Amino acid sequence: MSHSEIIEKLRTAFGDKLGAWRESNSENAYQRRMGSYLEIAEPSAIRDLAFFLRDEPTLAFDSLLLISSLDNGDGSLSVIYHLESTKHAHQLILKATLPAEVPSVPSVTSIWLHANWQEREAWDMMGIRFEGHPDHRRILLDDDYPGHPLRKDFKEPDFYHGMKVPY
Amino acid sequence: MPEILERHTIMHSPLHASGPIHAPEDVERGRLHTEEMVLNIGPQHPSTHGVLRLEVVLDGEVVVDVIPHLGYLHRCFEKHTEHMTYPQVIPYVDRMDYIAAMSGEHGYVTAVERMMNIEVPEKVEYIRVLFAELQRIASHMIAIGTFGMDSGAFTPFLYCFRDRETILEMFEKTCGARFLYNYMWVGGLSHDLHPEVLPMCREFLKTSRATHKEINDLLTFNHIFRQRTAGIGVLDAEVAVNGGASGPMLRSCGVKWDIRKNDPYSIYDRFDFEVAVGSNTLATLGDAFNRHWVRMQEWEQSLNIIEQILEQYPRDDTTDVQSAIPKRLRPPEGEIYSRTETPRGELGYYIVSKGDVKPWRVKVRSPAFSNLSLLPIISRGYLIADLIVSLGSIDIVLGEVDR
Repeated sequence: MSHSEIIEKLRTAFGDKLGAWRESNSENAYQRRMGSYLEIAEPSAIRDLAFFLRDEPTLAFDSLLLISSLDNGDGSLSVIYHLESTKHAHQLILKATLPAEVPSVPSVTSIWLHANWQEREAWDMMGIRFEGHPDHRRILLDDDYPGHPLRKDFKEPDFYHGMKVPY
Repeated sequence: MPEILERHTIMHSPLHASGPIHAPEDVERGRLHTEEMVLNIGPQHPSTHGVLRLEVVLDGEVVVDVIPHLGYLHRCFEKHTEHMTYPQVIPYVDRMDYIAAMSGEHGYVTAVERMMNIEVPEKVEYIRVLFAELQRIASHMIAIGTFGMDSGAFTPFLYCFRDRETILEMFEKTCGARFLYNYMWVGGLSHDLHPEVLPMCREFLKTSRATHKEINDLLTFNHIFRQRTAGIGVLDAEVAVNGGASGPMLRSCGVKWDIRKNDPYSIYDRFDFEVAVGSNTLATLGDAFNRHWVRMQEWEQSLNIIEQILEQYPRDDTTDVQSAIPKRLRPPEGEIYSRTETPRGELGYYIVSKGDVKPWRVKVRSPAFSNLSLLPIISRGYLIADLIVSLGSIDIVLGEVDR
């Protein structure tokens, strides 16, 4: 299925819960395919949307490639879902933008197992909460690490466990 | 070998997310349970292939749950990239998957070239694919050798290291580095191919085919090795796709999925090669043996690709390998998810550019990280000795897991 067919199908099912389709205007064909994304206006609808994307036979997005997090630098964070269907060989990128004060989206771990560690990493690095995650812990940093380092306003602490940073 | 396959049965649903510890009755019903014990394996332990700590919950010798603890090698690569220009990132990319640095570089430069829409000279593409495939063999040799050691065979490890030395010599002759190369640049290469490399390659094809057969005789079709690995750590194909497995881990389940074929990059569409998948006649699909078997087949397929490169390589082409390198590296505003097939699986780069000389965000889809996240699923219900075999068969590189 082409991008426009997928979007049309999603719009009939979810209507105004979806935002704008951001088409990449790159000269490179690969980037037009893997750099265009669909915005999600209502991040709380992600779970329903994810179920639909995976279980609708004509879409069949059975593989979650990656969950990325992004600090837009204007007080908002984004969660990006890169999906692929191994049956139909089509891809879709979804982007939900959240306020940096209370960034929270429903977890999709129960839909794609791969989301488990990806969401833990997004929480660890960017401080995005995933509601309903079965194991919401940090993954790469220490449990008591102050802050989320990939945020643009992150300042590394002067001291960490009594050690001077940078030492 | 039915007695091996029936020895352990997993009673819980394989789709259960890793998380809270399961009650022992979930693991094997009707069995007399002992008191649960928590055992820490690692972080300094040879069989964890680096600094990885596994918190293993045991019921006697049966693994109830495994909780991997990562981050011992975490350097926050993604934060570093935000403070460097695009070419400065390449040496850091080397240090992620340090066993297959060439493959990591290939993925990164492909991503940036796609963002800038750079056409790379044909000769450069041939050298890149040649080195990426040599690197795949070198990486699989380590995987096969250490997997042999994990399951009790020491000799194949030495044979693999002996042959890998030839590949490292070719890299050293060309770019001066044996391990961390900074060789592939955006739009070109740091050095032209050394004139001795192609004759060395031809020689290597012969010796490596012999070694391949030798490893098959010594290890793959060795009765002890097969008893040790067949039916261990079985991963279902559906769970593998759903859980983000890629590379040999996914293909061992019988899923024919290879980025080189399914989403071709560079000049892979010019070569004729087979996508190796697991075999359900040699062992169970998706078990530790099949992961090893897929690597053995891929070694052979990479040799086939190298043979075709030697035939097609434009010998009279005197193009400067640095001719397409842009003077100002400033990708236009936009984002991309670009992926390549490394020895461990699908390596993806999600890069966001705001039109600056530095990337706004680089996020890595690390195949070793995603494959390792399935370890609890493939080791629950097996014995603790099988956990080591399962972990060895995933072939993780902690530099890439922790980034």
